[in-house]
Amino acid sequence: MKPGHGDVLLAEGDPEVAEDEERLVEAFRRQLDEGMWAAVPTTDGPRREAVMVRDFSEVPRDAERVVFFPPAAGG
Amino acid sequence: MLGRVRRRDQEVIPRYDPGRERRAELRARELMRSVVAPAEYDMYAELGFISVDGLQPGSGYAYLLYPHRPIVAYATESGELLNEYCVAFHDDSDPALGSRLPDADDVLAKWMSLRAGERNLIAKANLHVPGRQLDPNQVRRDLHMLSAWRGRRRARLAGPS
Repeated sequence: MKPGHGDVLLAEGDPEVAEDEERLVEAFRRQLDEGMWAAVPTTDGPRREAVMVRDFSEVPRDAERVVFFPPAAGG
Repeated sequence: MLGRVRRRDQEVIPRYDPGRERRAELRARELMRSVVAPAEYDMYAELGFISVDGLQPGSGYAYLLYPHRPIVAYATESGELLNEYCVAFHDDSDPALGSRLPDADDVLAKWMSLRAGERNLIAKANLHVPGRQLDPNQVRRDLHMLSAWRGRRRARLAGPS
């Protein structure tokens, strides 16, 4: 998520492919280093959920995407 | 040059561009549509906010998620307003574009944060009694609209009688 843009594709690939995984991990770390939060949308039957992840290893292998957004702060 | 930022390459980026913001909101809505439940997306598209139940089963409360406004907790049975949680998701990475997410992204950030960790988000927010930033009468009108909207939706899904 980005002001003035909406969502922006940062990287895509198959984490089962070593080269792709390296690129995905690098993009993931860059976002977290910039202070972003990372969430993985999930589906549990009709119910939609999300889980926060702090490391690439926490991303479920079958996740379709990770959404990065600015961290919450008291308003 | 008020309201504009000149980049090193001399490209002038308007701080506020209605077309850009509109396109960003459309993209943000598509992302929201792909993440939240269909009823929640329709609620946002038609009412401008999303109601999310408290995550503990039988909690008896829910949250109203408005774009760029505090989260409002309310009792689901009585409609009593409980608290305002002031929380913001500011992105200062590109001053030329400002720090404000598109409306739908702001609501989705609240939705994902609540779904993933209600207590964590609430702990980060500044807690206030209802009425600090949002007019309680407006929120009550929104709850009334929400109730009517749910009734219409149920009737529509049930089909012609």
